[in-house]
Amino acid sequence: MQTIIISSPLVSHRLSLALPVPRSPLINYHHGAPPSIRLSSHRFTNSLRLFSSAAAASRDSEMATEDVQDPRIAKIAASIRVIPDFPKPGIMFQDITTLLLDTEAFKDTIALFVDRYKGKDISVVAGVEARGFIFGPPIALAIGAKFVPMRKPKKLPGKVISEEYSLEYGTDKIEMHVGAVEPGERAIIIDDLIATGGTLAAAIRLLERVGVKIVECACVIELPELKGKEKLGETPLFVLVSSA
Amino acid sequence: MADENEVKDPRIDGIKTKIRVVPDFPKKGIMFQDITTLLLDPKAFKDTIDLFVERYRDMNISVVAGIEARGFIFGPSIALAIGAKFVPLRKPKKLPGEIIFEEYELEYGSDRLEMHVEAVDSGDRALVVDDLIATGGTLSAAMNLLRRVGAEVVECACVIELPELKGRERLEGKPLYVLVEYR
Repeated sequence: MQTIIISSPLVSHRLSLALPVPRSPLINYHHGAPPSIRLSSHRFTNSLRLFSSAAAASRDSEMATEDVQDPRIAKIAASIRVIPDFPKPGIMFQDITTLLLDTEAFKDTIALFVDRYKGKDISVVAGVEARGFIFGPPIALAIGAKFVPMRKPKKLPGKVISEEYSLEYGTDKIEMHVGAVEPGERAIIIDDLIATGGTLAAAIRLLERVGVKIVECACVIELPELKGKEKLGETPLFVLVSSA
Repeated sequence: MADENEVKDPRIDGIKTKIRVVPDFPKKGIMFQDITTLLLDPKAFKDTIDLFVERYRDMNISVVAGIEARGFIFGPSIALAIGAKFVPLRKPKKLPGEIIFEEYELEYGSDRLEMHVEAVDSGDRALVVDDLIATGGTLSAAMNLLRRVGAEVVECACVIELPELKGRERLEGKPLYVLVEYR
């Protein structure tokens, strides 16, 4: 399985939870607001490497010469806020809204995806509701592709096709307009984060059912322990930040 | 909308024709304005964003607030182009941090719009973005959230207006800019 993963073996396991990260000057905090715990700079892998697709195949032998650490990644990782116990105890929620408040980090995030997908004959950027709607359209506009929203049930007004997927308890559905894409088109699927991979896998199935080739799934964040990548089958995954 | 004496920007007609009207959605009698077909046309989508960016780039806007979910499709691209922060205004229980909320009326019952309190403050000049203004209830709630943290709402911007629903009148005198009217 060809996978292009942007993650470093140098995972930091330091758990200095007592020391909140200094607040970014770009974010205005209300005086007296509870401090948000910025675990991200301790927990995220900051030395992320960008592999060329040629290097990916023989990654181990070419690592020393081929890999380049993009300086923008560290700033992006640091701008993501981790909120403990949301939506329920035990979950460390990866909050990208703080990234969106950092104009440089947001711009860099989009640029990293655009640099990768421009000129690759991709005509469809599919974005998963709702946070995929934040990252997908700027990428689509920059690479000259159409943007196709993949939505929860009953939101799209026209004729739809839907795909069911499993949740922890029960199932959900993802929908797309009939006719939005055509057989033979090349697509990328965007979401802010891949966890278990259930939603992305459903999005892949939906597009493949209408004859679209999914070139890659692209997310800002991966939670590798949840092994979402494994649900994507043959489809490669590209992420900027891996939260171990 | 632009003064009717002014020449209409030639890109507007191209945008209007790309919007699909779906009758009787979500229920009978409603002519639903579907912008997903606009998003399938890269040139028309780009023109849409360009028209907003051209208007706002020199207005010193520091925050673009987008209303979930279709405001998320247009707002971030505008924010990126004009160098502003993007702030998502969301349905209840989606935002993980400390929030404030504003209730607004629906035809039956009410709903809530939420914002992270730390995202915006009194130094900010804000633009509120959604795909469409109907009754103006959601936009009015959005404006209230921003006002409550001391931001100045400069304008509301939508792709489409349904003028017969008089949403413009609910914006407490704040200006509204739209590209297309549907009568």
